[in-house]
Amino acid sequence: MKRRQFIKTSVPAVTVPLLLNGLRIRAFAESPQLEALTGARGNNDNVLVLIELNGGNDGLNTVLPLDQYSTMASLRSNVLIPENKVLPVNGYPGTGLHPSMSGIQQMFNEGKVRIVQSVGYPNPDFSHFRSMDIWTSASNSNEYLRTGWMGRYLNYEYPNYPYDYPNNVMPDPLAIQIGGINSPVFMGPYMNMSYALLLDENNQVQNYSFLNTIKDNYTVQKPFAKEVAYIRQVKKNTIELGNAVKNAYDKPVTQISYPDTDLANQLKIVARLIAGGLKTKIYWVSLFGFDTHASQVEDTDTTKGMHADLLQIFSDAVSAFHKDLQQLGLADRVISMTYSEFGRRIISNFSMGTDHGAAAPLFIFGNKVIPGILGNNPTLPANATVNDNLPMQYDFRSVYASILQDWLCVPKSDIDTVILLKNFQTLPLVQNSSCTAVSIRELNQSAGLNLISAYPNPFTTRTTIRYTTAGNHTLVEIYNPMGQQIKTLVEKDMAAGTYEVDFENEGFAEGTYYVRFQNGAVQQVKPLVIAK
Amino acid sequence: MNRRKFLGSIFQSSEGVSHSAASRGSTTGVDPYNGPWTKKQVAHLLRRTMFGAAYQDINYFLGKTLPQAVDELLTPGQPPAPPLNYYGQDSGAALGQTWVNASFDVSSNVNRALSLLAWCTRNMAKQARSIEEKMVLFWLNHFGTNIQVYVDARFGYKHVATIRQHCLGNFKDMVKAITLDPAMLRFLNGDRNTKNRPDENYARELFELFTIGKDGGQKYEESDVIEAARVLTGYRILSNSVTYTFDSSKHDTGNKQFSALFNYRTIAGKSGSAGQQELDELLDMIFQVNDTALFICRKLYRYFVYYEIDAQVEANVIVPMANVFRTSGYDIKAPLRLLFNSEHFFDDYNLGAVIKQPMDLLIGSLRETNAIMPSGSDFQAEYSIWQQFGLYGGTALQQLVLAPPTVAGWQPFHQEPNYHQLWISTVTLPLRNQFTDLLVYAGLNVGNSQLAVDTARWLEQYPNPDNVDKVIDEVIEHLLTHPLSSNHKILIRAAMLGGQSNPNVWTQLWNDYKNNPNNPNKKKAVTDRLKSVLKYITSLDEYQLS
Repeated sequence: MKRRQFIKTSVPAVTVPLLLNGLRIRAFAESPQLEALTGARGNNDNVLVLIELNGGNDGLNTVLPLDQYSTMASLRSNVLIPENKVLPVNGYPGTGLHPSMSGIQQMFNEGKVRIVQSVGYPNPDFSHFRSMDIWTSASNSNEYLRTGWMGRYLNYEYPNYPYDYPNNVMPDPLAIQIGGINSPVFMGPYMNMSYALLLDENNQVQNYSFLNTIKDNYTVQKPFAKEVAYIRQVKKNTIELGNAVKNAYDKPVTQISYPDTDLANQLKIVARLIAGGLKTKIYWVSLFGFDTHASQVEDTDTTKGMHADLLQIFSDAVSAFHKDLQQLGLADRVISMTYSEFGRRIISNFSMGTDHGAAAPLFIFGNKVIPGILGNNPTLPANATVNDNLPMQYDFRSVYASILQDWLCVPKSDIDTVILLKNFQTLPLVQNSSCTAVSIRELNQSAGLNLISAYPNPFTTRTTIRYTTAGNHTLVEIYNPMGQQIKTLVEKDMAAGTYEVDFENEGFAEGTYYVRFQNGAVQQVKPLVIAK
Repeated sequence: MNRRKFLGSIFQSSEGVSHSAASRGSTTGVDPYNGPWTKKQVAHLLRRTMFGAAYQDINYFLGKTLPQAVDELLTPGQPPAPPLNYYGQDSGAALGQTWVNASFDVSSNVNRALSLLAWCTRNMAKQARSIEEKMVLFWLNHFGTNIQVYVDARFGYKHVATIRQHCLGNFKDMVKAITLDPAMLRFLNGDRNTKNRPDENYARELFELFTIGKDGGQKYEESDVIEAARVLTGYRILSNSVTYTFDSSKHDTGNKQFSALFNYRTIAGKSGSAGQQELDELLDMIFQVNDTALFICRKLYRYFVYYEIDAQVEANVIVPMANVFRTSGYDIKAPLRLLFNSEHFFDDYNLGAVIKQPMDLLIGSLRETNAIMPSGSDFQAEYSIWQQFGLYGGTALQQLVLAPPTVAGWQPFHQEPNYHQLWISTVTLPLRNQFTDLLVYAGLNVGNSQLAVDTARWLEQYPNPDNVDKVIDEVIEHLLTHPLSSNHKILIRAAMLGGQSNPNVWTQLWNDYKNNPNNPNKKKAVTDRLKSVLKYITSLDEYQLS
């Protein structure tokens, strides 16, 4: 047992977010697998950056329906942006942007912005937490899904994760989020699929060298054993993916200057990681504070205040990010997309703010968007009451479906059955020219070992499950969409080989079920879709 | 170890899928626990109700019965003196004096807030033998307010003081006090809520997060939020005195009409100061809803037992807890007393299942190792150390006290389906290890004051520190919830014996130190080895669990 080397320095300065100054841990030894990772990868791999605007963004003061300015003036006079301050956008005289958004205005006029009007879902929920769960899980308003839509996508793309990951085909994190707590958007059937990243106070990726300890086996199935297994998996991810992330981040690259805001700093990291050659397809950043019940605007100047500050941060950060991608030669590979749990109420309140609302505009940025505004300006009822909200024009899952199909190149039938679980309309949002016949999907999907499969899948009455056991105790069980075990199809000692077993639909509801295979140390989970 | 084997050891140990089938859970309920009362059970009770199980506290409670121990734990300690100016310049408080009654001072406010954070952290670390501090943190999460938003540190102190006052008292009184608490009034804009166009912010969270909840069977309507917001119009803050006031001219005097959940009750609008009575009527109405007690008891259960609640736990534990909560008139101690005396709480199924919240890891590590803590004799150094500890520990490990990310509190206490697992990510797991490394190897030092683990002092707690085999067993039983395999013990033993096999090597080393306690070389010979041992134990995945 070796002790670590510690170099004691001074106590950290007050402003730094992470206490790391006191400790400098020696770097990892390079692993041969990761040494193979040299040079930036080719531009054949699309990247999606999700930007969470947390708190519920006031859509009406972000993308303003100028054709209904007088109605807005009567319904939300105390937060109203003066008409002559609203930023015009080319080609849409009836619509304008908040005065803080000059960066996005410029991008719009250069054809790098897609705005989708009035995105929401039927029967809106006005709770931050419930509505955000709906957006991240892509569920119906009255439905509870345990997995996130990105978790299901990544599970589809890399079906055996975390078993046999990382590997030579996918040596990098499947998704990277900036922040210390994993977002539910990445929750997969087995575990969260994203790698959480924060820089230290010197803007470096830290690499902590865990002590290699003995790992006891806990065979009794109880929460203690489950949590130990979870912690071990996170530790494994930290060790095995940490180097890949650090290597990518440490590659020499010249970035343009970004504003010194939290969101811009997050996006700056993302640009650097993409430039560093990671194969990671999904990134996630966030900006908190959009819950502007009060002081959304200043009493004396409605173009200033909390919302103006947030939109300035948002617009300047996005603008810097995409400029940076341009000069890095990555702009054709990357789009970014916003989402927020809801818009805000049509009628403002007397606290100089707005309460929770419903549908709101959504932004997609990048060279490859289909530029312009999709949808009409929302129609404001002249005699609106406090209960009135904007109805949705587009279901947010249609936006997801379109991005999945045209940017992440997932076949529509798979989107409908295993990722979004329903058929949503596809919208013209991004150019789909990058979805050519040559796909890395097949490679990804066979990256881990496929020990279990089902055909047909989706199915209605019966599917045949094929599994390969290495011998001895073998378990095949079915979980319902709530994650509850509903059926054990196989549980016995077997000789090594490939076998089949049928799974009958005994009147189960439609939805994504999971078949779970366990053989000794190995386990795999795959989605199984019951359709009508 | 090759990769396949490494993976195997992970998955062999768990069923993998996050929710086990209902039939596999715990079937025990709230019948009184009558099993053994040994170090194992006492340590379990203390780990869950305090920050770590200090060894001397385990010995203390071994001399009591379980009901006595629970009663004692449910009794608050002495109230701490208010936080001090340890930082220097402050227009309203001299160095060494408290600033909580001073006027707002924009240039001192950040320092005051840091003083408050230091104070909260110190209160946890120097806790009495009581659940009080753990409950303070529970309610700081439940009523999630952020000092970065309400800004005024005096409001922060008042908020914490209000929570301290009610943390083991009557929940209904607490909700009323928090509704009128200046920090909350500002945080959720109650202080700007005005007739004609009310601000719904507080009303919504009052229903959704503070009382009835949204995940139970009983649903309030969107119209209830709007009507409750009208009830709550007119409250304002008197900043100088850090109190609320009621401005009846801003109050909506119309009748408020509620939905079926509240039996279509109308709260008659009242003018003048009588308008304040509407709040009492609103709370009466909310506390008649069955789900209010259920919602709070589920949250208490998740905090103290485990985050998964299956149908059996709901029926056998949550419902009885909620029943005593209601019949006691919402005495917070009632469901806790039932829970901690229950066979379910001591069910082996639930042992070691809680991922330590960051404050549990940080402060529990200090208390369980009997660490050297700064004393009040140099209060500036003392505050400075606790402030750093709370600020960096909290920020890095994602539990900055006084600044939860949203009004719902810290995500691991409420976010389905992962709950406590969210404390552990590729960001926080290495940092959690770094913090325990820091405590073991360096500590925090300001002037002559220190917050650090002295490993010799740690070992001295145990009955046979000179006996390598006995003390290893003792250490493992104390610091971990489950026994370790003999492979670990062989490693730890080898570290203590410097690779030799004769147990007397350690006895001699230890006695040499004890006979020459002031000889730094003799002490170093002991602590060098003990630091490796403690580093090893704190590096175990099992150490993250409580």
